[in-house]
Amino acid sequence: MQPVVQLDNINKIYDSGEEVKVHAVRGVSIKVMPGEFVALMGASGSGKSTLMNLLGCLDRPTSGTYLLDGVDVSGLNRDQLADIRNKKLGFVFQGFNLLSRTTALENTELPMLYGSRNLSRKAVHERAMHCLEIVGLHERAYHLPNQLSGGQQQRAAIARALVNEPQVLLADEPTGNLDTKTSIEVMGVFQKLNNEGITIIMVTHELDIARYCKRNLVLRDGQLVSDIEIKDRLIAEEEIKHIRNQESAAKLTA
Amino acid sequence: MHIIATFIVAFGALRRNKMRSILTALGIIIGVGAVIAMVSIGDGAKSQVEAQVASLGQNIILVFAGSINSGGQRSGYGGAGTLNIKDAEAIKTEVRDIQAVSPEVVGGAQVFANGLNWGTRIRGESEDYLSIRQWPLSEGAMFTDQDVKSDAKVCVIGQTIVNNLFPEGDAVGKTIRIRNLPFKVLGILTTKGFSIQGNDQDDIVIIPYTSAMKRFSRQTYLAVINVQAVPNASLQLVELDIANLLHARHHIAEGRDDDFNVRDQQEIADAATATTRTMTFLLGAIACVSLVVGGIGIMNIMLVSVTERTREIGIRMAVGAHGSDILAQFLIESVVLSLTGGLLGIAIGILSAKILSHFNHWPTVISPTVSMIAFLFSGAVGVFFGYYPALKAAKLDPIEALRFE
Repeated sequence: MQPVVQLDNINKIYDSGEEVKVHAVRGVSIKVMPGEFVALMGASGSGKSTLMNLLGCLDRPTSGTYLLDGVDVSGLNRDQLADIRNKKLGFVFQGFNLLSRTTALENTELPMLYGSRNLSRKAVHERAMHCLEIVGLHERAYHLPNQLSGGQQQRAAIARALVNEPQVLLADEPTGNLDTKTSIEVMGVFQKLNNEGITIIMVTHELDIARYCKRNLVLRDGQLVSDIEIKDRLIAEEEIKHIRNQESAAKLTA
Repeated sequence: MHIIATFIVAFGALRRNKMRSILTALGIIIGVGAVIAMVSIGDGAKSQVEAQVASLGQNIILVFAGSINSGGQRSGYGGAGTLNIKDAEAIKTEVRDIQAVSPEVVGGAQVFANGLNWGTRIRGESEDYLSIRQWPLSEGAMFTDQDVKSDAKVCVIGQTIVNNLFPEGDAVGKTIRIRNLPFKVLGILTTKGFSIQGNDQDDIVIIPYTSAMKRFSRQTYLAVINVQAVPNASLQLVELDIANLLHARHHIAEGRDDDFNVRDQQEIADAATATTRTMTFLLGAIACVSLVVGGIGIMNIMLVSVTERTREIGIRMAVGAHGSDILAQFLIESVVLSLTGGLLGIAIGILSAKILSHFNHWPTVISPTVSMIAFLFSGAVGVFFGYYPALKAAKLDPIEALRFE
């Protein structure tokens, strides 16, 4: 089987023109097969955000090749990268990044407005609704972001990331702004999507969140220092059940 | 991205910032409104002048006494006492395509009737004068060629004279005294109102030119000869014939100054409308400045909007928007703003022109062409001043834009 993401000796050097050059990513090679669920970990300054931008086709590597779904994307121009992001990638951000004063449904429809697909209004609407249903937010489709909780906003963002049926779902600290229980709920959504065959790569610095993934990569000083399979990964559904039991024991909930 | 979808996005963004959108459009509304109102007023003034020029009559050529050169000193127009009755008769008989001629003698005098008196202009004219000027009588009749031949003491008078000497009305058949000579009033002229120069055209007494010359001006020369060419005659040819005739009659050698001056109605009309055209242009130019100021207002707000929505731009780019999509979105926003402003401005301009003409009795002419141009120009303002902010948005780096707080 062909890897969906194949990084080969990727380097990223930030050259601000001064004497100081920042070598943010040094010779990283990664292969991600379809259906994987990868956590990219590292302390701040380890280069994980830079690597994420490269994976997300928001930035171009200084050297090395990046094959996304078998296509070399390391030399594409701005518009070509935009098309790749539109068709093959889905983004979930730490700060949700929903358009304010725009309903969850309209936010979900956004990626379908761009790119070469010419869907009818009806088809766009139906697909967005379907994706909201997958993340369990269809009942709040017409709510504005400020009428949704953090977890609900992140679900809307995940629905948006799914809507163009991407090859890879990229999540940058998706639980960074959420409390523990909501974080686990969001991880539950990811696990459910992953079980349906969607490849997910997420950046996180939280170890307990990384334990919901199937594979952990650790970056330090721009280099890959660890790549391990998670044998006893946590299942979000069970953890939620566990937390609920504890909560009712503490009489927090009925 | 589909163009209709881009429009929907742009309208949505404008709707979300209603107050700001209205205030931004206000600059264009005022600008376009000012252009429309100003040009309407200018065109109104022009049409009034044209109407007055037309009221001088049709196919009219005026022969003025010209300048004479006496020992190197040139007197200026009217200085030459060289136009005489014989010239007028010669023009009538010898030049082709002439319909009527009226030699004109002018002077001022005090006129008396009913124990009242009034200082006015006296015009000596031929019996054809009123038909040349297309000036009908409201009452009575014009004097005849018999009256002219016999230098009869008859006159037709303007409405202002009637008002001042015959407050009771009913002037026809009465007698007025001009320099102690009794003149019988044969007819009353219809009201013409004020001329472009502000003269009361109804403040006039018209008598046969023979009477005027013999009885009190005692001049043998004429100030003006009014000539009317037949319909569809070439005024230029007739003018040339008149000039040639007068050259011969006045023995003016080749290369010497003419002692007369021939002008046709069109030249007079051009001279009169030139002023109002300049005024229209000037008013329009001033109004255009406010339109440009409105455009700068749009640019300012669009720049603010781009900065404020940096993150939104980043999100759109992250999910696949091209730079051109972002450019189109912001450009359409500014064009929608300016075109909406343009439409409202046209409405307000027309409305204020109507109000001005209603309260100040200024004539206004609403020109669809000018409205169309103002509308298109406001669109162009939107494109021109919206382009830079839109380009700035399109060139944003998605990573930077997403990180923007």
